[in-house]
Amino acid sequence: MPELGVVQSFTVTFIVRRFNPETDQEPYWQDFDVDMYSTDRVLDGLHKIKWEQDGSLSFRRSCAHGICGSDAMRINGRNRLACKTLIKDLDISKPVYVEAIKGLPLEKDLIVDMEPFFAAYREVQPFLQSTSTPDKENIQSPEQRARFDDTTKCILCAACTTSCPVFWTDGQYFGPAAIVAAHRFIFDSRDEAAQVRLDILNSKEGVWRCRTTFNCTEACPRGIEITKAISEVKQATISGVRR
Amino acid sequence: MKFFRFDRLAWIFMRVSGFLLIGLIFTHLIVNLMQDGGVKAIDFAFVAGKLANPFWQWFDVTLLWLALIHGSNGMRVVIDDYVYRTGVKRFLLVSLVISTTTLIVLGTLVIFTLDPCPVGSPADLLPSFCPAG
Repeated sequence: MPELGVVQSFTVTFIVRRFNPETDQEPYWQDFDVDMYSTDRVLDGLHKIKWEQDGSLSFRRSCAHGICGSDAMRINGRNRLACKTLIKDLDISKPVYVEAIKGLPLEKDLIVDMEPFFAAYREVQPFLQSTSTPDKENIQSPEQRARFDDTTKCILCAACTTSCPVFWTDGQYFGPAAIVAAHRFIFDSRDEAAQVRLDILNSKEGVWRCRTTFNCTEACPRGIEITKAISEVKQATISGVRR
Repeated sequence: MKFFRFDRLAWIFMRVSGFLLIGLIFTHLIVNLMQDGGVKAIDFAFVAGKLANPFWQWFDVTLLWLALIHGSNGMRVVIDDYVYRTGVKRFLLVSLVISTTTLIVLGTLVIFTLDPCPVGSPADLLPSFCPAG
């Protein structure tokens, strides 16, 4: 009988896709056995590998609590935040596969170059634009605020954009995250540049490349209904913005 | 003007034509394959009879145009999504436009100009319902 108060630990096998640009021609898979508890997360497993087994393993993480969006990675073939994926939710009778998100240039191990992702984000002008300087409070009703509430939750982790098959094959596509950012301001009653953003997204590489595969919605760690937001932007380019 | 952007128009067209095609295709299938003796009733005379009626001429020509443009636009999207090399992409897109245009032109010609009993043809080549046959 196990001693009371002792939490059961077990061995989890991680198979991590490694790549060192200075020595490797191609990425390769490497496995690590890690002693873990069911309350641990995948990020804890990566920490244990880096701190106890192989200090050269590289990955991004900052807050480690699902807010900063640094540690998006492909875990068992699905884009997830390592800090929000609990070991108890994975089938640990099989190895846990961890690799970098796809569609962005691989830099090292689990780290990709995020610049193309941020470039698309900047292009949709993700900031409030208002021509007049109001002399009193710019009032917005709870209903008007609720209109774009879902898309304010984005943490720019790139899990959605790098789960999109159109983005994988065509890096020119704006991608779900940029459209979510545009949606957040297009449907904001205080913003005055909705038409500018709609014109940007009404281009060959804009919203019309979306094939509604729902990969982005499935991948979003914040639960944003991304495909719905993209469809609302499509709708707005056809029949105008209804805030 | 951005309003007439090709990708936007194509997207709207796919939805509108898809909706219309459901009605057109099922009407086509029911009339041809189920009514009045079903599939066994289809022969040259059945087709010639249908294409002599202006209603079915316009019905068939609408079905033909919508189905071919809808299908080839879908094919264009697949090529756009999966073919990366510019040369191959251009070749496939040009082939697609040529084949679609040829099918539309030939189909439209057949629907509006079909004469089941051309004057001056040898009697043994004409169907039995022709006056000369």
